[in-house]
Amino acid sequence: MKVVVDTGNHIAALAAKLAKPDVVAAYPITPQTTIVEKIAEYVAKGEFSGDYVCVESEHSAMSACIGASAAGARTFTATSAHGLLLMHEMLHWAALARLPIVMVNVNRAVGPGWNIWSDQNDSMAQRDTGWIQIYCSSNQEIFDSIIQAFKLAEHKDVQLPVMVCYDGFILSHTSMPVKVPEQKEIDDFLPKREPKWVLDPENPVTHGNIIMPKDYPSIRKAMQDAQENAKKLIPDIAREWRERFGTYHGELIERYMCDDAEYILLTYAALGAESKIAINELRKEGKKVGLARIRFFRPFPTEDILDLAKNSDLIVLDRSISIGMEGALFTEVKSSLYGKSDAKVFGYIAGLGGKDVTYKDIEKMVNHAIDGKYREVVWYDMGGC
Amino acid sequence: MALKDLPREEYLLPGSAACPGCPATIGLRTVLKALSKKTILVVPACCTAVIESWYPNSSFNVPLLNIAFEASGAAASGIVSALKQKGRDDINVVVWAGDGGTYDIGIQAMSGAFERGTDFIYICYNNQIYSNTGIQRSGATPYGAWTTTTVSGKGEFPKDMGAIVRAHRIPYVATACISYPEDLYNKVRKAKEIRGSKYIEVLTPCPPGWRFPMDRTVEMGRLAVETGVWPLYEYENEEMTFNGISRAIFEGKYKRKPVEDWLKLQGRFSHLFKPKRDEERIKRFEKFVDDMWERFRKEFG
Amino acid sequence: MKKYDVVTTLSYPKTGAMGKTGTWRIFRPILNKDKCVKCLRCWIFCPEGAIIRKDDDSVEIDYNYCKGCGICARECKVKAITMEREE
Repeated sequence: MKVVVDTGNHIAALAAKLAKPDVVAAYPITPQTTIVEKIAEYVAKGEFSGDYVCVESEHSAMSACIGASAAGARTFTATSAHGLLLMHEMLHWAALARLPIVMVNVNRAVGPGWNIWSDQNDSMAQRDTGWIQIYCSSNQEIFDSIIQAFKLAEHKDVQLPVMVCYDGFILSHTSMPVKVPEQKEIDDFLPKREPKWVLDPENPVTHGNIIMPKDYPSIRKAMQDAQENAKKLIPDIAREWRERFGTYHGELIERYMCDDAEYILLTYAALGAESKIAINELRKEGKKVGLARIRFFRPFPTEDILDLAKNSDLIVLDRSISIGMEGALFTEVKSSLYGKSDAKVFGYIAGLGGKDVTYKDIEKMVNHAIDGKYREVVWYDMGGC
Repeated sequence: MALKDLPREEYLLPGSAACPGCPATIGLRTVLKALSKKTILVVPACCTAVIESWYPNSSFNVPLLNIAFEASGAAASGIVSALKQKGRDDINVVVWAGDGGTYDIGIQAMSGAFERGTDFIYICYNNQIYSNTGIQRSGATPYGAWTTTTVSGKGEFPKDMGAIVRAHRIPYVATACISYPEDLYNKVRKAKEIRGSKYIEVLTPCPPGWRFPMDRTVEMGRLAVETGVWPLYEYENEEMTFNGISRAIFEGKYKRKPVEDWLKLQGRFSHLFKPKRDEERIKRFEKFVDDMWERFRKEFG
Repeated sequence: MKKYDVVTTLSYPKTGAMGKTGTWRIFRPILNKDKCVKCLRCWIFCPEGAIIRKDDDSVEIDYNYCKGCGICARECKVKAITMEREE
């Protein structure tokens, strides 16, 4: 075990290297570029186990990963915003094909205009694809989540691709200390991939030909069941990691000071880390507040949300907006509670386009809710409170 | 080599969803005999994706990955990479894509795969339309042809995909036609032994798409070559060799048949003949073919 | 042939995947074996693979799957195959 101090992107590249993928196919895009560049460095130094394919677009990156994974390889890629959107078709494809691809998505706002700073609209827009989605708030969590993602994706009861998301620049280009286990220890935690279907001339199968309506729903149901299975496996994997390596970031969610909280703030990604400071400050003022940081957005932690709402009202902070409706977390939290809870739920949107949100802003939003000023969804960026 | 030297084994099983008289299946049977068992096919959206028949059955007895329309070159790149890592680069990775998935929506992924020197064979079976979706024009559709989206006949000439692929400087670029099975078989066998990217474009005359009776598929392909509309060639290490009748045309030893011998047998060109003969458009087509052979002679003579 | 457990669109090779496609025919090819010179043109040009090549290179039509396109009759240089209307 050693401690490495490096940027989120470089830590992601390191995790990818230690997971020993057979194939990486990727295309550069700000602010993911330093991941692919670091991998290229590893390749040049002979330190990278896999074949690195410099594809000519993100759609091709995911298509190449699909081909490689279908041929039995452990595959990895990384992208951001427009790259993620460009591969949207193939995200659906990978999940329906039940291929355990792991991808980093460095969150970045979507244009036009060109905006390289962070919000979570890009990955929120992929929540229907069938991919498992994780949001990280520290470089340690990035490292741990990527390796755990392979284990989760490749589990016989899951067989779904996983995307690990974290904020562009805030994490991707910021250095933090990270505890890094030895290769051998990682190998013990993460054995070689055993494909559950594969392209093999000794057993010729056709994947993806025409399927009639009567047969299609079972494919979808199996994916849903796989995500339900993932819900049960995620805590096991997190605890195994803690036992082996000592680091832990919660399971489907991470709870912070929730036990006696009257109000719990729910948010994700970098705002999840920033919120801890806000909670600390508010606690100093005697306010009974806590934080539930959403790590897994898919599968959505409905049971955890219900549990949080037993004794607390919920303040939801989204760094994304589904235009024409609300922030995705706000909608899905309320949906989880429907008919089962009369907890109040307040919705705040802040940090779109990478507009800065500090713990002071978060305190303002929490106080706004606590002080009974909430009437409807608050767009904090537009001077909502 | 003769037809009797072709292997007996069938990798495309009878009883598929193909139209009667389908040229893609004629081509596939020959191509798969040349590739044999150790082959993985990548098939984008195209007629063949339907010809495979439906879940849970397949008419193909080789592993086959269906992939999105534009993605063949990229998916194949991924498979090649994975097999290399597993020490199985003895398996042929072959894209079998239509002209839509090659000339148009698929051109980027194919180009990228070639530029990376991907060790695979890209076979484009060209029926000069988006056939699977119901006969719409593609970048390969000939001048003057009716399609559902060029109702009074296409105003543009097709792309010279051979030239585009040759410009990638890959080790082997060839054209073929289902009407000449020995030639197609030999080209696939040759390609299979070469390391690097290989491209073979096979003319596949489509009865419903070109509007001719289903028993004349092979004849339509032959006439395309005899009129010089479709050249048969191999471009290997920047050296061009024409094959069969195409070589005779190139060397001036065979006067190619007039293009209208081919045009008038296809319903998709009927408006060039009825109600009135469209001399101007027929002449433009003829000139296009003349110019093509002139360019060949200038560049490779 | 190994079948995989995972639920996704995996299909397995089957002769007659679309059933007995011989039922599609309007015309059927009739082979006159006396005229056949075993050139194998009908065998290689059959889109369906419904012309069976025997050990001695003589051929036989598989009427289970023959769709009656008529290419074999057209391409036979000795006119050993004729197309007749199905009853």
